[in-house]
Amino acid sequence: MSATIRLQLTLNGVATSLDVRPGRRAIDVLRDDLGLTAAKESCGSGECGACSILVNGEVRLSCLMLAAQLDGKDVVTAEGLGTAAAPHPVQAAFAAHGAVQCGYCTPGMTVAAVDLLARQPDPDREQVRRALSGNLCRCTGYGKIVDAVLAAAKTMAEEKS
Amino acid sequence: MTGPDAVFPRADALAKAVGAERYSADVTPPGCLWAGVRRAGVAHALITGLDVAAARATPGVVAVLTRRDVPGTNRQGIVHKDQPVLCGERVRHRGDPVALVLAESREALALALSRIDAAFSPLPGVFEPAAALDRDAPYVHPEHPDGNLLAYGLVEKGDAPTALADCAVTVSGEYHTPMQDHVFLELPNGTARLTPAGVLDMVVSTQAPFRDRFEIAHALGLNPWTIRVRAPYLGGGFGGKDGATVQCLLALAALNAGGRWVKMVWDREETFLAGYKRHAAVMRVTLGADADGTLRALTGSLLFDAGPYAHLSGEIMALALEHAGGPYRIPHTRLEGSCAYTNNPVGGAFRGFGVLQSSFAIERLMDALATRLGRDPAGLRLQNALGRGEPNAIGVTPEPGAGAAECLTAVLAHPAWTERAAWKRQAPPFTRRGVGVTCMQNAMGYGRGLPDAAAAKLELTKQGTFRIYNSVPDMGQGNASAFVTMAAQALHQSPEAFALIQPDTRHCLPAGSSSASRTTFTFGNALLGACRAMEAKLRARAALALLCDDPARLILSPGLVTDPATGAAVPLARLGALLPRDDRLCVDQFVMAVVENPPDTGRQFKLGFPHRFYSHGACLCAVEVDELTGRVRLGRCVVSVACGRVLSLEGVTQQVQGAAAQGIGLALFEDPALENGCMGAGDLSRYLIPTALDLPDIDCLIVADDEPTGPLGLRGMGEVGIHGPGPAIAQALFDAAGLHVTRLPVTPEDLLSALGGPE
Repeated sequence: MSATIRLQLTLNGVATSLDVRPGRRAIDVLRDDLGLTAAKESCGSGECGACSILVNGEVRLSCLMLAAQLDGKDVVTAEGLGTAAAPHPVQAAFAAHGAVQCGYCTPGMTVAAVDLLARQPDPDREQVRRALSGNLCRCTGYGKIVDAVLAAAKTMAEEKS
Repeated sequence: MTGPDAVFPRADALAKAVGAERYSADVTPPGCLWAGVRRAGVAHALITGLDVAAARATPGVVAVLTRRDVPGTNRQGIVHKDQPVLCGERVRHRGDPVALVLAESREALALALSRIDAAFSPLPGVFEPAAALDRDAPYVHPEHPDGNLLAYGLVEKGDAPTALADCAVTVSGEYHTPMQDHVFLELPNGTARLTPAGVLDMVVSTQAPFRDRFEIAHALGLNPWTIRVRAPYLGGGFGGKDGATVQCLLALAALNAGGRWVKMVWDREETFLAGYKRHAAVMRVTLGADADGTLRALTGSLLFDAGPYAHLSGEIMALALEHAGGPYRIPHTRLEGSCAYTNNPVGGAFRGFGVLQSSFAIERLMDALATRLGRDPAGLRLQNALGRGEPNAIGVTPEPGAGAAECLTAVLAHPAWTERAAWKRQAPPFTRRGVGVTCMQNAMGYGRGLPDAAAAKLELTKQGTFRIYNSVPDMGQGNASAFVTMAAQALHQSPEAFALIQPDTRHCLPAGSSSASRTTFTFGNALLGACRAMEAKLRARAALALLCDDPARLILSPGLVTDPATGAAVPLARLGALLPRDDRLCVDQFVMAVVENPPDTGRQFKLGFPHRFYSHGACLCAVEVDELTGRVRLGRCVVSVACGRVLSLEGVTQQVQGAAAQGIGLALFEDPALENGCMGAGDLSRYLIPTALDLPDIDCLIVADDEPTGPLGLRGMGEVGIHGPGPAIAQALFDAAGLHVTRLPVTPEDLLSALGGPE
């Protein structure tokens, strides 16, 4: 149990080296060891999406991954998307469009939305709903979340042009 | 409406969106111990053996505790103390805890829990509340004087049996609403330690930090004043964190941790197993009317499945009875309620608190009456809607305000109603469409018998900014942000000038729980009182600096107090620097008004009955039924609400949409599959809450209203929106497919049999 393995990864843009016991889950290492608590655990079985992170740019569920699977990867958590002082357009749109209530699903939602907008920069409402259908929210009824993602898409398109 | 929102977006939103907000679950002190419990896994049994030797011997295990290690009464409960912290002799549902383990790591904890050898001698269980009340049913609490009857209540007005006999038309029904899990996303959790000074310091995801101290102290034989509870923002609660979840177990663990921090987090399956649930209910009711549709009498009985422990079952059933007549004018009523102990999961508080159950029954009866009379269901409701100054079903005249008629009228003007005929005609092949509209009401506050109170503390900092000491947790409903908005308006400051301290029993003043649609109303009024005191103080102290002999003429503006007579001003930062701390604090308190001359009914209810303030609403649901699969898709949902003045349009819309989503979940998706005390749907792969693909955009309509006693004219409205979708979907399914819905959730099988579909 005490033997550890060394992982080398890029975490929120920073080259990082970690020594972890092989059986540990990615979410526990992120949250308990590194204090990166944006990714939340709500089901532990891949049903809710609250633990979503980006691995090599694609959304992944950190509760279903071993930490060892992050070795050599480019890992981004919601903390790596932006900060309160400099939020990612998706994060800013969630705050501005009333998409945040208890907020516990929000970091995972924003990660899933960033993944969507990377693949599909100009989605319609149905595409947004489909892309976020693996992320459960119990507070909002989802309407304002969809509003926020569409608004972020518009902002990001304007920033590009 | 856009004005206030443009100025005051939710203060908590951005920190949450970027993942910076620290919830209770995000607190993991370095080197903390992990605590967890072994649960019974059997619904009703005697404990015949509990071998914890292997668990104790597991590497990394610090302690294994059983009933013998619990000091105090070992009984928890909000009002009625009947729930063991750890069971010693008997378990009464599958989620009952029998042993508590403290370990150095999650992994060691899991291993040790799996090595606890518990032996049970099964007892016959009771799983149907009606059967539980049979004379020869096995007792859940053999020492309880009324057997399995936990609580009984009767409310009546006039002479309902006689009036019913005289009615031109009567309709009856038996209606069932299901157990429902809250599925808050932040799992029940907390962190605690015993400090060297002997203080039990706790950070918990809780709706009631001030009351938790007393519940823990009673259960574990502690002095409540040595317990400190902090409640950061909650990742959802909805009633499920009102009452102890981890609290007593975690406190017990901390008492045995040698001063180290201990963390406890229930996992999702454990939360389904052991967490509180909305009570399943069976309601047998009869409604009588004149031939022209005028309501005359309502009678019936409501039976609630309490599970094995009281929690607030009696109080929830009381609220159900109080709302059983809906927002309608019914001169004669007689309604009985009972709560039965069973070996099912524990019934407890959930948004809507009994009202959801009885609302479904009365709204279904209104539809049955409309069908019988050949009337339009909306017209029948408008005809009978309770007007201002009229007594409700239990004889209380609520405070005047916009009511069901105004709310229903608003929904009936929406295109989803006015253009429904065309929408239905455009149904695709093998699809049927239908539309339903129903009314909603929900009382605010605790009601008579206990003070619905809060005390607020407001501090001018040395820097000239302000600190609000919030006493009522924000589980996501936005009260914390509303408090900033209110104080900023009251003191003519920018919201950025305010920091908000989340509930902490050491630094904040006592208040009731985050519940009962009371949070913003009660604490808000206390806070506005503190703001008035602060304004008077700032004027008086500034007058000294400005050599002004008439402080009343001084004007507060952002960061300044100004004398309009001279143009001279003193910055708040200077006042903050000058004043000693005691002089920078203002406190005030508020207690919600109660019904002054309560009717002589519901005598069994000592706490929480009756209520004076109500918010109202109406709900439209438009459904689409697949004739081949029986699947129901909700095409449209429109909800109106009357809740006093609107402080934040965004905040009201959020509550309405979220409440409706939970009501839709209950109506169409959330089947607990309960059998012999076991939830067949015990995880999120089987207990299905709505996803983004399952819900339409929900339109929210605000009905003009005012509550003169509310902070800035508002009234509580966090719950009312949950009541509409169930009955509105039921009515819409009758419109679409002729299905008589008497039981929620509606299943595809129900639809297929109504459509006479494939056998």
